[in-house]
Amino acid sequence: MKSLYLLFFGLLITCSSVFAQEDTPDALIKKVTDDVLTIVRQDKDIQNGSTRKAIELVEAKVLPHFNFQRMTALAMGRDWNKATPEQKKQLSEEFKTLLVRTYSNALTGYRDQTVHYKPTRMQGDDKDVVVKTEIVQSGSKPIQLDYSMEKQAEGWKVYDVVVAGVSLVTNYRDTFSREVRANGVDGLIQMISTKNKQLEAGKK
Amino acid sequence: MFSAAFAAVVLSGCATTANNPKDPFEGFNRAMFSVNEGIDVVVKPIAQGYDTVTPSPVKAGIGNFFGNIADVWTAFNNFLQGKGGQGFSDVGRVLVNTTIGIVGLFDVASEMGMEKHSEDFGQTLGKWGVGDGPYLYWPIIGPRTTRDTLGWAVDSYADPVLNLDDVALRNSLAGIRFIDLRASLLPTDKVVEQAAFDKYDYIRDAYLQHRRSEIDDGKLPVENQDSN
Repeated sequence: MKSLYLLFFGLLITCSSVFAQEDTPDALIKKVTDDVLTIVRQDKDIQNGSTRKAIELVEAKVLPHFNFQRMTALAMGRDWNKATPEQKKQLSEEFKTLLVRTYSNALTGYRDQTVHYKPTRMQGDDKDVVVKTEIVQSGSKPIQLDYSMEKQAEGWKVYDVVVAGVSLVTNYRDTFSREVRANGVDGLIQMISTKNKQLEAGKK
Repeated sequence: MFSAAFAAVVLSGCATTANNPKDPFEGFNRAMFSVNEGIDVVVKPIAQGYDTVTPSPVKAGIGNFFGNIADVWTAFNNFLQGKGGQGFSDVGRVLVNTTIGIVGLFDVASEMGMEKHSEDFGQTLGKWGVGDGPYLYWPIIGPRTTRDTLGWAVDSYADPVLNLDDVALRNSLAGIRFIDLRASLLPTDKVVEQAAFDKYDYIRDAYLQHRRSEIDDGKLPVENQDSN
């Protein structure tokens, strides 16, 4: 009897922990977007263009849901396999810094746009989905904003962001592959890191 | 003699193709890109001034007014692409916005749930199966594929604003529309400035992805699928 009780209790815990971590991908995107926009609407500094505060917000709320290693691999295409594990780590770190800095800035341009969430087509055991949203502004065509996501042990992670059909990740592919061809993987690390230092220096 | 010249052209063609197959005229394009950056030194401050001075509702009105004119051509192109549903919705938008929306100053149709579309003749040609052709960068009008350059010429030929007989009115409207368009791109400037290692490359690649997606009406780029 006692063991049955324990088994039941054990099941209950497993179930609830599964529920706790298992946001569906579209629910996750909605939650994070709503969180971030609520803060941006109240934060005068971000609205006035404070990059530093926008970065802090993105680092706290958005970063945990991104898989930067996968994003870097996607941006590099075949060249990714030429990198050693140590180089991969450096590349992902530098690319993350670049993406966070440049796109946190986009948040400072937020005014009164609203976000619509489109139904996500997925089957129960899908490990890879695209969550489609659109940014609606009166008087102009809605801007499509799509997130490619994959399921990992810790939950769903974004590995690509596509704005109006433009992947913020693969848009770097030609530039990166040319740099690898000219100066190798280390040259690419150097290139991104130099860019990050320039941005850091010019930051308010 | 002729064949030697021909061989030289083919060889040099190959040499540049090896560089970037999408952009065989990169030298010309980069030159035009610098020309445009030069022109923008004058245009951008005007757009910034316009953006600061004009109250938001007025700016929205100006954007809506030109958007309403553009919707007519969008409707026509939707019909050409066989998207009748969207075409009729666009005709509805023009009727609603021109009347209730006071000559297009207010985008009432969007609030009624009639979504704005954006179609042009370049997309129509793309839908009909015409390929991109080499990428080109033009003064003033900026990036276009060869197909979209042709599309742009047809768009301009059909443009109601450019067809106005009153030259002063035509030029003022075209001028305001141009500055309004430039002003709407101001927020993007900063992102591109920061994100790009080479602004020319970044704009080219983004433009080509964006057009591909417009022609496919929002389908994800195939490039996305092969991750490694």
